[in-house]
Amino acid sequence: MSADFLYGVEVVINGLMSGVLYALVALGFVLIFKASGIFNYAQGVMALFAALTLVGIMEGQVPFSHLINAIFGTDVHNFGWHVPALLAIALTVAIMIGFAWLVHTMVFKHLVGQEPIILFMATIGLAYFLEGVGDLMWGSDIKTLEIGLPQGGSLWVENITAGLGGEDFYGFFIDKLDMVATLVAIVLVGGLIAFAQYTKQGRAMRAVADDHQAALSVGISLNFIWVLVWSLAGMVALVAGVMWGAKSGVQFSLSLIALKALPVLMLGGFTSIPGAIVGGLIIGVGEKLFEFMIGPMVGGATENWFAYVLALIFLVFRPQGLFGERIIERV
Amino acid sequence: MLYREAGDFKTTYAADSQTFPIKFDRYRYWAVLGIAWLVIPFFINDYWANAILIPFLIYAIAAIGLNILTGYCGQVSLGTGGFMAVGAYAVYKLMTAFPDVNIFFHVILAGFITAIVGAAFGLPSLRIKGFYLAVATLAAQFFLVWLFNKVPWFYNYSASGQINAPERFVFDFAVTGANAPASAKYLFCLLFVTGCAILARNLTRGSTGRQWMAIRDMDIAAEIIGVNPLRAKLSAFAVSSFFIGIAGALFFAVYLGAVEVGEAFGISKSFLVLFMCIIGGLGSIFGSFAGAAFLVLLPVALKVLGVDVLGWPSSTVAHLQLVAIGGLIMFFLIKEPHGLAQLWRLTKEKLRLWPFPY
Repeated sequence: MSADFLYGVEVVINGLMSGVLYALVALGFVLIFKASGIFNYAQGVMALFAALTLVGIMEGQVPFSHLINAIFGTDVHNFGWHVPALLAIALTVAIMIGFAWLVHTMVFKHLVGQEPIILFMATIGLAYFLEGVGDLMWGSDIKTLEIGLPQGGSLWVENITAGLGGEDFYGFFIDKLDMVATLVAIVLVGGLIAFAQYTKQGRAMRAVADDHQAALSVGISLNFIWVLVWSLAGMVALVAGVMWGAKSGVQFSLSLIALKALPVLMLGGFTSIPGAIVGGLIIGVGEKLFEFMIGPMVGGATENWFAYVLALIFLVFRPQGLFGERIIERV
Repeated sequence: MLYREAGDFKTTYAADSQTFPIKFDRYRYWAVLGIAWLVIPFFINDYWANAILIPFLIYAIAAIGLNILTGYCGQVSLGTGGFMAVGAYAVYKLMTAFPDVNIFFHVILAGFITAIVGAAFGLPSLRIKGFYLAVATLAAQFFLVWLFNKVPWFYNYSASGQINAPERFVFDFAVTGANAPASAKYLFCLLFVTGCAILARNLTRGSTGRQWMAIRDMDIAAEIIGVNPLRAKLSAFAVSSFFIGIAGALFFAVYLGAVEVGEAFGISKSFLVLFMCIIGGLGSIFGSFAGAAFLVLLPVALKVLGVDVLGWPSSTVAHLQLVAIGGLIMFFLIKEPHGLAQLWRLTKEKLRLWPFPY
């Protein structure tokens, strides 16, 4: 096997890994969209907020310290304790659930039945709001997230594959963190599917996704289900935030992964969980391969737009995405 | 009492189909135009021009443009920033390639170039609908910004990758460049705003506008009653991009003077203009102005309140700004999903009955 081909394979593998992370964000979108028809643009900011909260709790930061200092002229920053990672994660999950409840009762409960574009706008407003709150609460500097996830390339994979391509080839470089992320994503998706299939609340969730009124008529509380899906989306956001945060630091650019999840959704269809995963993998591999093969010819940085153009071209031929429900239009 | 149709007799067909059928509205319209053209230019200073009036005018053009596409034709677009960049780079290339031609024509031409690009990116709208289309327009946003970053021809091979507006004159008054007086810049923008608003208002009143609205309300039904969706959708994309291109050209040439494409015309600009349309009111020209005014004034007001009055650090105030803008957007959508224009409509309805509402 030639070294060039093997480099191509390495690119594909790394693409698959980043595709998993895209899929993770896209999953949060699908959950909320299926159950309530809300296209939640704030998913990326929720990931950022969750990661910020986790770091903040672990390092014992005082929430809103800058604001408190500005108003009262005090100088507080830290409680001076460190919270162990597991406890901090549990606390963050609790905060995300509280956030889900708050968002639902304060905002989306009042917007039931509005046009989709209005709901979408409301989530953009929510994204701005949450971004501001996150910065006010924990400060806007870049933070490192250390909860004991492995870092760096995997020597083991490198050693095994080193002999494949002759002398020029040093083996595949695969980030350990990406491998962990893939595992976590698989567990998470498995857990979500099991939850939706086998638990009472999961069934209720699927019923709501099918038909709101029919679900209401058999006694399912829509309010509860909506808070539930927002909480689930919050937890998915936490996982995505932890993975991306461990990779590149917890900072504002984390919220931009929401934008990367959009073409994934288009490709897979807004209403399909398998679609989100397959779409994520296609986008991840596609953009890495395109950058590897065509990128050098046109000046690089094609990853910014390739996913969108790919999804656009794809949609022209199949307007409902890969796994979306067939669009039937009637007058 | 003052605001009603009664007693205002129309004796010609032209009078019967005029834009403002109520006398009070006509006087108000001329009064606003008079103040904008004849009073403000004498009192304007650099701070007011650069912080409030010029951005307001330019964003108003962009918001009118997006409102035509989203509010009147129902095609949600998130590519506004990219199309503004097309206008900016088009006017830059024209200004440097034909320095003798008046900048007025450059701006208009930049609008036409953007219209062509916009129509091209509008083609998928015939197949893709709703949210899928909104996300598809992001392709335009990211691709165009990347293109202007990577192809040196667009920024004339300058080392920094920025584009800088050279000094240009209209009737011997500089309107671009560092030495342009505030009033000249203001009047130059106002000229385009007036023209665009009148054009947009009349387009949306006529048969083109009715076709757009038919497509917005239900495109299949519109097709059945004889509206050509290809023509209606593409014309909406083209006209909307024309306006947005003019806004982008002015934003670069008159307002900023020097532009780095990713910063000035990024995705956040697309959202900002969309917010203006939503808060102002979809499908309303007045709403575009109201939304632009609101979102230009709000950050300035918050900054004055937070930094100058309360003396808080500017980074904290910037975060509070985000919270306030996000919160206000949600508040508005809950209280009045049809925007400021709807409040204005309700006020007018009440005024008609006042002071005897029964």
